[in-house]
Amino acid sequence: MHIHRYERIWITIGVAMLLVFLGAIGFASVADNINPPSGMQAIDPTKVAETPPFDKPGLRQIGDHRYEAYYVAQVFQFTPNDLKVPVGSTVSFYVTSPDVVHGFFVPDTDINMMVVPGWVNTTTHTFTKRGTYLLICHEYCGIGHQNMFGKIEVY
Amino acid sequence: MTHAADRQMRSENRLVIAHIYTGTTAFVLGALFGLLQVFSRADAIQTPPWFDYYRILTTHGVLMALVFTTFFITGLSTFVTYRSIPREKRGVALGWLGWWVMLIGTLMAAFEILAGNATVLYTFYAPLKASPWFYIGAALLIVGTWIVAVDIFRNVLWWRREHRGERIPLPAFCSATTFLMWWIATLGVATEVLGFLVPWAFGWTPGINVMISRLLFWYFGHPLVYFWIMGAYIAWYNIVPTYYKGKLFSDSLTRLTFIMLLLLSTPVGIHHEFLEPGIADRWKMLHTVLTYGVAIPSFLTAFAIFASFELAAIKQGKKGFWATALSLPWDNPAFAATGYAMLLFILGGFGGLVNASYNMDLLVHNTIWIVGHFHVTVGGPAALTFLGTAYWMIPKLTGRQLWSKSWALWQARLWFVGMLVMSMAMHLVGLMGEPRRTASVDYLGSNIAHTWLPYNLVAAAGGTILFISAMMFAVVAIGTLVVNRKTESMEAEFSEPSQVSGPTPSYLDRIFRWGVVALVLAVLAYAGPIAELIHNPGFLAPGMRTW
Repeated sequence: MHIHRYERIWITIGVAMLLVFLGAIGFASVADNINPPSGMQAIDPTKVAETPPFDKPGLRQIGDHRYEAYYVAQVFQFTPNDLKVPVGSTVSFYVTSPDVVHGFFVPDTDINMMVVPGWVNTTTHTFTKRGTYLLICHEYCGIGHQNMFGKIEVY
Repeated sequence: MTHAADRQMRSENRLVIAHIYTGTTAFVLGALFGLLQVFSRADAIQTPPWFDYYRILTTHGVLMALVFTTFFITGLSTFVTYRSIPREKRGVALGWLGWWVMLIGTLMAAFEILAGNATVLYTFYAPLKASPWFYIGAALLIVGTWIVAVDIFRNVLWWRREHRGERIPLPAFCSATTFLMWWIATLGVATEVLGFLVPWAFGWTPGINVMISRLLFWYFGHPLVYFWIMGAYIAWYNIVPTYYKGKLFSDSLTRLTFIMLLLLSTPVGIHHEFLEPGIADRWKMLHTVLTYGVAIPSFLTAFAIFASFELAAIKQGKKGFWATALSLPWDNPAFAATGYAMLLFILGGFGGLVNASYNMDLLVHNTIWIVGHFHVTVGGPAALTFLGTAYWMIPKLTGRQLWSKSWALWQARLWFVGMLVMSMAMHLVGLMGEPRRTASVDYLGSNIAHTWLPYNLVAAAGGTILFISAMMFAVVAIGTLVVNRKTESMEAEFSEPSQVSGPTPSYLDRIFRWGVVALVLAVLAYAGPIAELIHNPGFLAPGMRTW
């Protein structure tokens, strides 16, 4: 097959660009540990309310500036709805849903994950700035979806 | 043209007209629902409780992304296959059967959506539990496209039998490759709908494995995007060069592009599921790399198009960037629409690389950036190419001159401007955190939500321009039928390869063998994550109706 010389140059540049982008993604993944949330723990969605720790959702301190936050996302609210953590805290979020798919998104941070019934999804974030953050369900979950939000206060 | 040949052409044309005008109807109605959405988001109107925002959103998404595009691609592919493989006697019954099945499926799904029994958006994620008839309607729409695909395949096979040793005519090759890709891809959604959703919606199974259903959906969902793009590419390669009396840059590279799209469109769907549990990071990374691979045929396409422009300009004695750009027929609505579509695809392509990037997706996932992105892909390059191609095709189908050229031209210009305005606002405010798929983004007057409002007003302005443009398209499409001015010729001409194009090797023409390779690649890309989900299946979710 005949390939024009200019086309060879163009494709070489294009593929090189893709490799640079992939290198950047790989670098951020390995060196900066920026990876997507991929929770691997299964949970019976019909028994969320009686399965620890989701029977008592909320914040647990596990060390100096280290917290775990257990959330239940269900139509149309987050429990807990209002989380308060001191600035500098590293919080691991664990979220599940007893009903339909929800989203768990905090703008201005890299907290962004899908909450799927049958699974516990998880991500960790360090809050370095004071302020009130908005927690949004960003996957359509029903007629009251737009009312499903909470807040995280970093004091 | 003999009387018999004329009669044959007219009977084929009626079938294509049915597809194109069904698509047009979906497009015009879809635009109306789109207008309601942008106004609702900008807080300019309140949607009534008896027809809430999410029902509007479901209707808009299904009509535009699934119905308009699909009917247009079936119509266009049938048209270019028939015209590039002329036959003295060709049965059109199979084509009509395909159209009827698609139409009945669409009407069933539309009825359930409008009745409020399927407010599940066009992704119908389980365990949101819609009426089973919605799922059956969606399945019928797909089964109808399979019938259309068989009609295209049998014409290609007939041609091969009759013309041993020759290459398949390029328009038919492109159509058949597109529908082969579509066949492989729709196996995923057909399995999801018929194997999981329908039995569950009827109550025959107690619950649904949500992650398996999502994996099957996105196995189909991303190649759906490439179905739109390949539909546009059929026109870009085979039809567009004729607008400026140019040539196709290379026959063999066009075939290579379509084969690469056939191979790489399917094994990439997990890039829609980066933020989900139950799928290991390594599969997410694998699908990132494969998605980057599917950018290559689009690079080839960009080169081929600009090279074709330049060759045509040189023939006219013009040289340089601006001389080439200005030598193109921007006053021909068919070309203008497609030219704007190509410009929008530059934005769409680069945005797509962001979305496909494993960890960068954390910034944009489920924000309105994504909505901005698919409006400069399906809403721009695909839709605008289809509208432009309709301006080329409708006179050849109806034997009537387009009413009116200047309206058609302004329609294309407005769509381009409206789409730029709306999608830019959506991209920017998405980066600022505004979520997609939400009736109201006020969040009780939260500070951050307050910063989004101006962008939503800009998006509403863009949406209004788009709505006006869509109505202008309706006027042109209907006006052409009402104001009956005969065209001189109904012949369709396709682009010929340039002198730069060498002979095409025969292995590029073995589309069904390439189809087998594509299926193997898709299985390889999904076997790992599916096996892990079967090994660690999670639990069934009973599901509910939450609207």
